[in-house]
Amino acid sequence: MKISVGKGSCGIAAGADKIFDLLNREAENIGGSAAVVGCIGMCYLEPIVNINSDVYVKVDEKGVSELVKLIRGEENNAARYKADKEELALLSLQTRIALQNCGVINPESIDEYIEKGGYEAAKKCITGMTYEAVIAEIKASGLSGRGGAGFPAWFKWQACRDSAGEKKYIICNADEGDPGAFMDRAILESDPHAVLEGMITAAFAIGADEGIIYVRAEYPLAVARLEKAIEQARERGLLGMNIFGSEFCFDIHIKAGAGAFVCGEETALIASLEGERGMPRLKPPFPAQKGYRNKPSNINNVETYANVPWIIRNGGAAFSELGTDNSKGTKVFALTGKIAKGGLVEVPMGCTIRDVVHNIGGGIQGGKKFKAVQMGGPSGGCIPAELQDTEIDYKSLAETGAIMGSGGMVVMDETTCMVDIARFFLDFTCKESCGKCTHCRVGNRRLLEILERICGGKGKDGDIELLSELSEDIKTGSLCALGQTAPNPVLTTLRYFKNEYEDHIYNKKCTARSCKPLLTYTIDLKKCKKCNLCVKKCPAGAITELIIDSSKCTKCGLCADLCKFGAIEVI
Amino acid sequence: MNCNCNAELKRKLESELEKYADSGKGALIPILQKAQEIYGWLPADVLEYIGKKTGIKPAKITGVVTFYTQFRTKPAGKHLILLCQGTACHVNGSAEIESAIRGRLNVGEGEITEDGLFTYNNAACLGCCSLSPVMMVGDKTYGKLTRESTVKILDEYAGGAV
Repeated sequence: MKISVGKGSCGIAAGADKIFDLLNREAENIGGSAAVVGCIGMCYLEPIVNINSDVYVKVDEKGVSELVKLIRGEENNAARYKADKEELALLSLQTRIALQNCGVINPESIDEYIEKGGYEAAKKCITGMTYEAVIAEIKASGLSGRGGAGFPAWFKWQACRDSAGEKKYIICNADEGDPGAFMDRAILESDPHAVLEGMITAAFAIGADEGIIYVRAEYPLAVARLEKAIEQARERGLLGMNIFGSEFCFDIHIKAGAGAFVCGEETALIASLEGERGMPRLKPPFPAQKGYRNKPSNINNVETYANVPWIIRNGGAAFSELGTDNSKGTKVFALTGKIAKGGLVEVPMGCTIRDVVHNIGGGIQGGKKFKAVQMGGPSGGCIPAELQDTEIDYKSLAETGAIMGSGGMVVMDETTCMVDIARFFLDFTCKESCGKCTHCRVGNRRLLEILERICGGKGKDGDIELLSELSEDIKTGSLCALGQTAPNPVLTTLRYFKNEYEDHIYNKKCTARSCKPLLTYTIDLKKCKKCNLCVKKCPAGAITELIIDSSKCTKCGLCADLCKFGAIEVI
Repeated sequence: MNCNCNAELKRKLESELEKYADSGKGALIPILQKAQEIYGWLPADVLEYIGKKTGIKPAKITGVVTFYTQFRTKPAGKHLILLCQGTACHVNGSAEIESAIRGRLNVGEGEITEDGLFTYNNAACLGCCSLSPVMMVGDKTYGKLTRESTVKILDEYAGGAV
């Protein structure tokens, strides 16, 4: 009996640890054991258990006891937890390259990775290819950096190879900071060897002997699995001296970040590695010329490296067959927010937002209306539902005012206020601005103040114009991408949802009913059954005689949540 | 070091500093991470001591400590709460959870409870977006939080059940 439990961070948070322990004990009783696998990306079905070829989902306490009976060969109701065939068919709508092993193999077993063809690509390069041929293969694939900017990977590799100097570095940017993006975490937790193999291949191509993975401290499981993977690779001679019996020597170590979003920017990341405050500097010189410790350094992110072994094994041409003219291959997206079936999806570039949200993601939770999707995190923008036939590639997304970014797709419905979303991102950027450039440090703070005022019901005539003007100034007056793109959430919501800004400012109304200071709560006496629950529970004591005293009401919304008869009206 | 001069902790810190003796200032962040692991936070005299041992100027150390959100210059409670403020959590109601935590513990962001049990911090994103809203207590992640479940979890910690 083959039993495996998905133990990524999401699975564990949903209770996978306990399930694993219980099932493993049962399996041991019959002379077997349960295996750990990473995250399959169907987060909405967690916790997930595989027994033989069956998949059991949303396994709760009752579910575990049914599975225990199943393992013992007793009569059981386990079938109730079996995943629907249609549900699993959703996986076939995806094309998995970076995620190919995620949720399939045990991330803590190098043997399982090797069984799937792992380290063949590194061997092929090191024992049978020149560095020129490796870079040519990456060039043919059209792989671009998956971290956000979308710069061609081969170009950076070539530039680093061409830079003079004996000592060069390969750096993996695992400082995944975009709120709403977790593809890198999932890859590190579920298939760490793919990242190592990508880095080994890149190191061979540019002539580096040292690799560093800069990973967020907030990802303890990813760090633990990477450490284990590095140790295993060293034991097998895949890292260290004379790899595959060649002259090529390369080793990797991990540096834990200390929590600064701006360190996702390459020059800031290098400053942080060097023990400095993570503040970006002017480019050129580019890291490929003068990077870590002033030596040529190549920086790519986790997903970029994870694509490399597949490209070498299958050829660059196979990768470039997928996608559009300007964007090749596949891209992993973290589909979250008000989506029915959230998780990680990997699709070829060029499929539409509609495909991802409706076909793969199952549309909006609770049958509500799809309003917009936020792409590219704090540097990106909100794409409205009207543009859901936009093809997902670098160029088309840029035309909408959003960006591909690292692949966060936060879906929003009619209850999401777009002014509040702009405020939310500006709040984030203000906290994360390193403070070097005045426009970013002060300008974004002013943008935030205006947005807070509007959400607070104190917007005034001229605010919209001021927001646009200030946004443009910040874009031109900032050194790094953080500042240059910080106003994007404001600009895109102004472009597509100007009416919401106007409603807030002129009519003092939030149509999404999200900005609390703009709401009024009243009791509909026709629906009210006079149960007095709201009167008893109101924390402000604002409800007496079935009338809500607006001067006392703190607009916490508890009464509306509690009322079983829908008698609390929110306007 | 005057206060915090628990001999065992100091010995631990010294052995960590020795490991980085040849690394120059590039090792400052890992050293601070280790020091925080040992002490639970970064007291001023510990920073001063690190400066003396490594030759890194106090201004530089303070600059780095205040730049990164991971470093604490105030003591932390026994349980560190990290409430995710990511986009997915925001649209799925993290503000409610924040008010539940504040209400239950009577603390603001970055503060420690009177009994020293909890420190409450916000985090930019914990990367468990599909379970939003999410918080971590220590190294445990809790998802799909509601006002009620949040209070229940905190009660369990406070009662020593976890």
